[in-house]
Amino acid sequence: MADTPRPLRGLPMRRDDRFAPATGLAELRDRHPISPMIYPDGHRGWLVTGHDLAREVLSSPHFSNRPELLHSPLDAPLPTQERPQTQPGFFLNMDPPDHTRLRRMLTGQFTVKRMRALEPRVEAIVAERIDAVLAAGPPADLVAEFALPVPSLVICELLGVDYDDRDGFQTDSHTLMDLRVPVEERIAARERIGAFMLRTAHRKRGRPDDGLLGSLVHSGELDDAELAGVGFLMLLAGHETTANMLALGTFALLEHPDQAELLRARPALMPQAVEELMRFLSIVHMGPTRCATADVRIDGRLVTAGSNVTVSVPAANHDPRRFDGPDRLDVTRPGTGHVGFGHGVHQCLGQQPARPEMRIGFDALLRRLPGLALAVDAKAVPMRSDMGLYGVHELPVTWRQE
Amino acid sequence: MRIRVDRQMCVSAGMCALTVPELFDQDDVDGRVLVSDVTPAEEYHDRVERAVDSCPSGALRLDRATV
Ligand code: HEM
Ligand code: SF4
Repeated sequence: MADTPRPLRGLPMRRDDRFAPATGLAELRDRHPISPMIYPDGHRGWLVTGHDLAREVLSSPHFSNRPELLHSPLDAPLPTQERPQTQPGFFLNMDPPDHTRLRRMLTGQFTVKRMRALEPRVEAIVAERIDAVLAAGPPADLVAEFALPVPSLVICELLGVDYDDRDGFQTDSHTLMDLRVPVEERIAARERIGAFMLRTAHRKRGRPDDGLLGSLVHSGELDDAELAGVGFLMLLAGHETTANMLALGTFALLEHPDQAELLRARPALMPQAVEELMRFLSIVHMGPTRCATADVRIDGRLVTAGSNVTVSVPAANHDPRRFDGPDRLDVTRPGTGHVGFGHGVHQCLGQQPARPEMRIGFDALLRRLPGLALAVDAKAVPMRSDMGLYGVHELPVTWRQE
Repeated sequence: MRIRVDRQMCVSAGMCALTVPELFDQDDVDGRVLVSDVTPAEEYHDRVERAVDSCPSGALRLDRATV
């Protein structure tokens, strides 16, 4: 630890290569996998870019995820800071034991076994969306026509939202996510969704079913506000994430045609291709950020209680000490160990439904849209460089009509 | 090889059941890990190591020395 690095000023975000981590992170990781960083509000904390250190911080019991302790590593507030700080049921923002109590109530719904049972529904949802895209004919914006609707329909399925209610729910969840919509309208949509979750849950009191809200009501352990918060967390954490992976993943495959060809020829590669795309694209690119609750040493540096540590998921997932040739997209890579779903107690609860969604989604796009190609120049595809989740705003594509 | 399991720490992420379904399962109610054989046969060792490496919670550990 001879040389003490000069503190960074905020999280580097500029990308010169749209499929690589922000410029400067690679050099930083090689020299200082934990580096001091001055947050835009003046807070003095740290940025972690090394894979092993990222896992260490995210699985350490000495770090908190309570929003009132966190500083934003960027000037623009993180999307999480738009919402009230301690929404009941929103366990992503809680620490153990509160976090543990709520997460444990849900984990039985997300087992690998349960998800295998969900797969036929995911297949049907994906097939219906592709049918609609084919019927409308080329060109199509895959974000609006495929990547956004598929995950929200799967969440309806998971939560147990009644079929009659799905159109309204989808409209509201799209309004909520759409930054072009005025903020008052988005807040109104958020309130309608909260009210809607409660109504759905109440209806299940009379006739509990297999869905997530129904079984939570049945357990009788959550009050109304918590139920609404849990439902809302599912939507917030599960919709845009999967949508961005579907759209950006498709863009990446179109820009790496040899990899797309491999997947068409060897469909059995798809599960590991999904892990590789998660690693390579690392769409959670502005964190997570945690706050030390005690003095801890990370790689020899003293992180004092109250200091924030931001983990760069893209930098960790492109760490050459963990992944050979990390900046290469290689769908034959054995895909384990990435931190694209996080690590530690908050590691993504929805990863088991997200995997089949991506696997079935990419497979259908590659197979059912013959000659799938961009309808615009690759440089003209608008990137979500400054958004909480990386991805594309639009993906105009075309294909051969047969 | 012996697999050591601390079910208190498990966060039910399911990486184990995904990686070696022959050995790992999850409780139907809370999703916590269930192991059918803590001294797995040789043929499973590689995948067990991957499962343990992927486990996000530290619930799984390996004793390599024990046979
Ligand atoms: C490819 C898509 C997805 C990605 C990239 C993703 C990524 C992540 C990450 C990185 C975290 C950890 C955040 C942190 O440590 O601060 C997380 C947590 C979470 N995710 Fe996902 N996620 C995806 C899909 C989903 C889906 C489909 C759902 C639900 C149906 C979901 C529900 C959750 C929940 C509830 C948490 C909080 C878990 C906790 O605090 O214990 N996610 N996700
Ligand atoms: S991978 Fe670890 S945390 Fe996840 S279910 Fe298995 S033992 Fe539990």
